[in-house]
Amino acid sequence: MRRLPVRLRRAGLPYLLLLPALLLELLVHLVPMVIGVTMSFKELTHLFLGNWGAAPWKALGNYRISVDVNAPVGAALLHSFWVTCVFSVLAVGLCWLLGTAAAVFLQEDFRGRGLLRAVFLTPYALPVYAAVITWAFMFQRDNGLVNHVLHDQLRLTDGRPFWLLGDNSFYALLVVAVWKTWPFAFLVVMAALQNIPRDLYEAAALDGAGRLRQLRRITLPSLRPVNQVLVLVLFLWTFNDFNTPYVLFGKAAPEAADLLSVHIYQASFATWNFGTGSAMSVLLLLFLLVVTAAYLLATSRGRKHADG
Amino acid sequence: MRILRAATVSATVTALAAMASGCGGGTGPGGGGSNDSPRTLTYWASNQGPDVEADKKVLGPELKKFERQTGIKVKLEVIPWPDLLNRILAATTSGQGPDVLNIGNTWSASLQATGALLPWDKGAFDKIGGRDRFVAPALGATGAAGKDPAAVPLYSLTYALYYNKQMFKDAGISRPPTTWDELVAAGKRVSKDGKWGLGAEGGQLANNIHQAFVLGKQHGADFFDAAGKPSFTSDGAVAAVKQYVDFMAKDKIIAPGNAEYGQNQSLRDFATGRTAMVLWQAAATTFAADGMKPTDWGVVPVPVPSGTPGSGRQTNSMLAGINIAVFKNTHNLNGAQKFVKFMTGDAEQKLLNKTYGSIPPVRAAQQDPAFDRQDTRVLRETLTRSAAPLPQVADEAQFETSVGTAIKDLFADAAAGKPVTTGSVKARLAKAEQQMAQ
Amino acid sequence: MADLAARTPPPTAPRRSPNAGGRPAAARRRSPNAPPRSFLWARRIFLTALTGFVLLPVYVMLSSSLKPLSDVSGAFHWLPSELTVRPYLDIWRTVPLVRYFTNSLIVAGSATVCSVVVAVFAAYAVSRYRFRGKRLFTVTVLSTQMFPGILFLLPLFLIYVNIGNATGLALYGSRGGLILTYLTFSLPFSIWMLAGYFASVPRELDEAAYVDGCGALGALFRIVVPAALPGIVAVAVYAFMTAWGEVLFASVMTNDTTRTLSVGLQGYSTQNDVYWNQVMAASLVVSVPVVAGFLLLQRYLVAGLTAGAVK
Repeated sequence: MRRLPVRLRRAGLPYLLLLPALLLELLVHLVPMVIGVTMSFKELTHLFLGNWGAAPWKALGNYRISVDVNAPVGAALLHSFWVTCVFSVLAVGLCWLLGTAAAVFLQEDFRGRGLLRAVFLTPYALPVYAAVITWAFMFQRDNGLVNHVLHDQLRLTDGRPFWLLGDNSFYALLVVAVWKTWPFAFLVVMAALQNIPRDLYEAAALDGAGRLRQLRRITLPSLRPVNQVLVLVLFLWTFNDFNTPYVLFGKAAPEAADLLSVHIYQASFATWNFGTGSAMSVLLLLFLLVVTAAYLLATSRGRKHADG
Repeated sequence: MRILRAATVSATVTALAAMASGCGGGTGPGGGGSNDSPRTLTYWASNQGPDVEADKKVLGPELKKFERQTGIKVKLEVIPWPDLLNRILAATTSGQGPDVLNIGNTWSASLQATGALLPWDKGAFDKIGGRDRFVAPALGATGAAGKDPAAVPLYSLTYALYYNKQMFKDAGISRPPTTWDELVAAGKRVSKDGKWGLGAEGGQLANNIHQAFVLGKQHGADFFDAAGKPSFTSDGAVAAVKQYVDFMAKDKIIAPGNAEYGQNQSLRDFATGRTAMVLWQAAATTFAADGMKPTDWGVVPVPVPSGTPGSGRQTNSMLAGINIAVFKNTHNLNGAQKFVKFMTGDAEQKLLNKTYGSIPPVRAAQQDPAFDRQDTRVLRETLTRSAAPLPQVADEAQFETSVGTAIKDLFADAAAGKPVTTGSVKARLAKAEQQMAQ
Repeated sequence: MADLAARTPPPTAPRRSPNAGGRPAAARRRSPNAPPRSFLWARRIFLTALTGFVLLPVYVMLSSSLKPLSDVSGAFHWLPSELTVRPYLDIWRTVPLVRYFTNSLIVAGSATVCSVVVAVFAAYAVSRYRFRGKRLFTVTVLSTQMFPGILFLLPLFLIYVNIGNATGLALYGSRGGLILTYLTFSLPFSIWMLAGYFASVPRELDEAAYVDGCGALGALFRIVVPAALPGIVAVAVYAFMTAWGEVLFASVMTNDTTRTLSVGLQGYSTQNDVYWNQVMAASLVVSVPVVAGFLLLQRYLVAGLTAGAVK
């Protein structure tokens, strides 16, 4: 190493630093993804599961089925897509709001702060399967806690509403997803807040800025770089979340809560038709790529403006 | 443009890597098992007992017995139900799997189509004592008609009607129903004051299918035609599904809350005296676990139109159960066949089915008095006389998902008070059929 | 934040509210930034409500875990009519809980350490260097989060089996394969987050380190890593939890001896019987160490504040 010219060492170093990450991603994500894309052009049903090479090429056939919104498969996919979009936007918004609010309120020291921090991270620590099953218990129509409170104790509803069937299932899913995911937003924002120097607040207070103005002027701008990543990643996760709807509703989610991931599972694993499932996944990937690119462009430009 | 070039390069590299790592999967078309390692076997057992550990305790000594007889050591893995099918699919895809495995018998035709399981032709069957040792309906659930079976029956189960003796007595019902009219009448007499006639698992797709399939048989309808094409919207099929959902929608003998049941809550409702009847496969141990004494419940065959179960329109149960299969890529073909012979032998059949509460598909083993108790007798007679296997088509999984979901949605409609008509049932089933056509 | 804005009138001058919130005496006496009462009330109300929301299911789990099986899924009452500790004794017998727990700990722990180390290197490169292909790298890494996991399950399995056949390296069915998988699951986000944290560490510090004779790696480990410690802890917690909770891949890639907790918990349910009380009891038992870990780490997060307080 010593003998290499400094310039070359400098130029090579970043690649060297990236190499382990790149190799690992290549092995576990990128190559399987390429295989997945290949699968999407094939008629990969159970007949060819043992010998993928023999599966006939279907060219764009799988895609044609997926995007033909006049046929039941395409129409169901489109519906599921809209449900997922609305769900993701709401879930991300709520998670971010709760996480940031909690982190800001816990920014200053007070008695019990450490305990609250750990309490707020509990949903994150509980095994997903057990936590979601517990929510399913709570949302049961006849025996659940939710109807016990709403109907028996507060008498807010006339009859006992279903939460796991029909239109209400969307809200049930939203509540569970937010409950499970917001601690992550909290964790990240909390860590980011540690990097804001205290003096800034003291100085702002001397200038007569109240809490709200401190929040607007100091806290939120400082969180910007972290938020940019956080919101995007939260979005990608909720969009692809499989465990929550699957454990909550089982193989067949109600139409109002039919998220794409379960939908794709049904179109591939449950029906052993991996070609169609892959085609849907690729469409999903393309959509998310576009959204991400637009999001990064918008937020990065905004940031440059703020900096300048 | 630089980015574009870099993208092309990396795409090519990954594509090459993909090919190198073998898009092709493992089970080649010519694979047929070998005898490379004649001393060991790997066996994937399904979870039959109360839990995985209990299964190991049951099977362990038997495998030792097999080892003493043949000198072959069996490596056992008991796989919980939620994982079993995914594990089998992964094994099929990669060719890396066990030598012998248990499969749900409704998967037989689908797994047969993948070519991952060794076909049981006459020669193979002769090695384990011939086809005639097994009851016919169980053999019917081992693969598509006209092909060599993909597996051999191991444990069999059928549906029966369980009823709460005390609740029947309180409602003045002197004998359990044998026809659906009697069942509805009995249900109506019980259904009041927060108690209900019949329990259902509206959210459990497989269960929905099992009930609809049997009612379909009774209406002379099959969900697949002779060529294996789906025909969900025949008059008989629509009437069958409507009859089942009508227990909630019209007859009001199923509690609306059952529409969302999917985790066997209906069994608990039964055990705690909230519903008087439930249609289930061997449920005795579950009732006991929920605190219900064996003397509190009775069991009779599932009702049929004529009152006397039989074949054809008098079918009253789907044939549930477990089959045992040999993986095509096995490295110990002879050993695997010996093991299947051991597991389907009379002695093991008696012992294992007794332990697990199932019925032996092997005729000779059925003679044991353990299969002549109040519940097992009903199950055994149903198995030999009036059970039929689900359609043995490769698309069975898709059928279960699409029609099962349609019935789940219909139950949701009924529970919400929306009308369930012949038209609405037909529309749901038509949608399910279109989803099959992809 | 909107409801907070509605509740909190903008205070004209910082009001002093003695003793509120239990701030240390020295800080309370003369701080120009003591919290106004409206802020304290908003905080109290919000945090109480949030605690309720968070703990409600935990309470249900706890009460379910103390009921006999026949009561568990019966009608809900705030106070269970019959309490029993049997489920807590039975959980160890129904499934090999200790083994699953050990497996999970090994897998999640190793995946976390590896993931954080690899991510620190990559994030340093992304945050401190301008180089060709940087954007491609970040976009590619990010795109891996956009493909549904269920679809690369089978291809990945296939790759592992083929690697195993070619090299004898047992990735399928072993903890190693699972560690490898999980570490890449958390990697993309870890890199992104850490790059953000690193970017907030002033560059002048690196340069000072160079002047002191450190190389790039010296600057990374002596200056940047300590300064971004809270972020690293957050990322580590994330990486750990990703591996700790994953179900789908674990269900296919493990066997009886290497099965992890998240999958193992499903062993409490069989075709006909689900031991709900034991599921809940086992979940709570295995979560205790994790929550305890959070309790320790939250102190560490604060400690990271002083360590990373750069002037």
